[in-house]
Amino acid sequence: MAVAHTPETYAKAWIPFLDRERTIAKPGYSRWMIPPAALCVHLCIGQAYAFSVFNLPMTKLLGVTQSAPGDWKLTELGWIFSIAMLFLGLSSAVFGRWVEEGGPRRAMFTAACCWASGFLISALGVHLHTLWLIYLGYGVIGGCALGIGYISPVSTLMKWFPDRPGMATGMAIMGFGGGALIASPLSVWLMSKFQTATDVGVFNTFLVLGCVYFCFMMFGAYIVRVPADNWKPKGYVPAAVSSKKLVTTNNVFVYDAVKTPQFWLVWVVLFVNTTAGIGVLGQASAMSQEMFPGHITAIAAAGLVGLMSLFNMGGRFSWASLSDYIGRKNTYFVYMCLGFALYITVPYAGGSGNVVLFVCCFLIIVSMYGGGFSTVPAYLRDLFGTRYVGAIHGILLTAWSAAGIAGPVLINYIREYNVTHGVPKAQAYNTTMYIMASLFVIGFICNACIKAVNSKYHMTSDKTGKVGDSALSPSTAKA
Amino acid sequence: MEDVEHSTTPAYMILLAWSIAGIPLLAGVTQTMINAMKLFQ
Repeated sequence: MAVAHTPETYAKAWIPFLDRERTIAKPGYSRWMIPPAALCVHLCIGQAYAFSVFNLPMTKLLGVTQSAPGDWKLTELGWIFSIAMLFLGLSSAVFGRWVEEGGPRRAMFTAACCWASGFLISALGVHLHTLWLIYLGYGVIGGCALGIGYISPVSTLMKWFPDRPGMATGMAIMGFGGGALIASPLSVWLMSKFQTATDVGVFNTFLVLGCVYFCFMMFGAYIVRVPADNWKPKGYVPAAVSSKKLVTTNNVFVYDAVKTPQFWLVWVVLFVNTTAGIGVLGQASAMSQEMFPGHITAIAAAGLVGLMSLFNMGGRFSWASLSDYIGRKNTYFVYMCLGFALYITVPYAGGSGNVVLFVCCFLIIVSMYGGGFSTVPAYLRDLFGTRYVGAIHGILLTAWSAAGIAGPVLINYIREYNVTHGVPKAQAYNTTMYIMASLFVIGFICNACIKAVNSKYHMTSDKTGKVGDSALSPSTAKA
Repeated sequence: MEDVEHSTTPAYMILLAWSIAGIPLLAGVTQTMINAMKLFQ
């Protein structure tokens, strides 16, 4: 029988290790091996949040002790992170289906190669003092690694943990929040070790990080497995899950999912939650010092930012785990209602000089920001089934990219407008807080409008023509 | 199919996998908590 020579068959012949079939777990493989596999990838790509530690040293590559003529400016370097975030959204949307159909190992391997080569190309860019190489390396190639790596373990985890999908994805996405906590001190330490009288140490640090991250991510790719057909955890009764109103045991094809109103309602809900959180997260240091002059110093503000990182990470696990008990829709209702109340409270806390109340508000807001990310894959799984949830999740992440622009713009530009119109700095954020609160009202309405997906969108046959997928629903099987 | 997971994947493998992912994370969390304490000083 003739074999069609497609890129897929070549890849199978050359790198059989990456085949989806090779990753199907043998009976007895522990599902508790999968969260650390996912963490190995997410902890590495989570470094993106800590990239700013390189900004200042990279403005002194020529001058070493201080910026010299010809050295890069902070505004030029700021584009590296922006490009990476842009390509995160683009690649997760474009490669989502490829990731879903090719299996987690191939996606993790690709992410590891892109992430490591992104650092190596950036190191070359530093060595040659060529900024576009860093845009290409960390921004474009690294950004693709972010997108592919972020979605790679999501659907696999939910197939292994059908009884606790929120907790499972929460564990992985917690890693993305935690990656910066490791990368920031590690990068500073490495730069201090490699620093000499003529070198700020960025080149060698990039080389080491690229190699270390590659090994970590490959370990994740090595131990990841997909469950065998019809596997289910002990004591798990799917009927109990399908009895919930929103939860389906059917599957929706990725490009049909984007035609449903539910997809766009979830998109708006995620956009609102992320816009609110990202604005606060990025400006917390400056905002806290300006709202409480004399009470919160620059050092204390740095402590607040650290505490917020911990709550961002912890919220990803705890809120997503809670959603397994109270349901995804209710969890987002909590985000929207609590978020509204907290944003209304922040101006009051500032006006009354109540630092403790202010800090508590920010910590809960940022925990819900993280929780929004980790709860959404399980929300999509409830609505659209597990078959294409990774690909659908990839497209949904465009809400993150959009919020990445909207959040900081709302905070910065409205503050700037207020300050130039004579509003005291301590009160310059109040309008933004009220706008954020009103965004939560929109999010609340959208969340309330989410109903079960119309059965006309359910897959009646496997559109890819592939068989043997453990996630195929009863409706697929009976077709 | 029944889940017989812990009978065949050795416990040390699970521990090793969690250690590889967990130890760097714990170190990062500890370092961040030390820095965060500055808020209360």
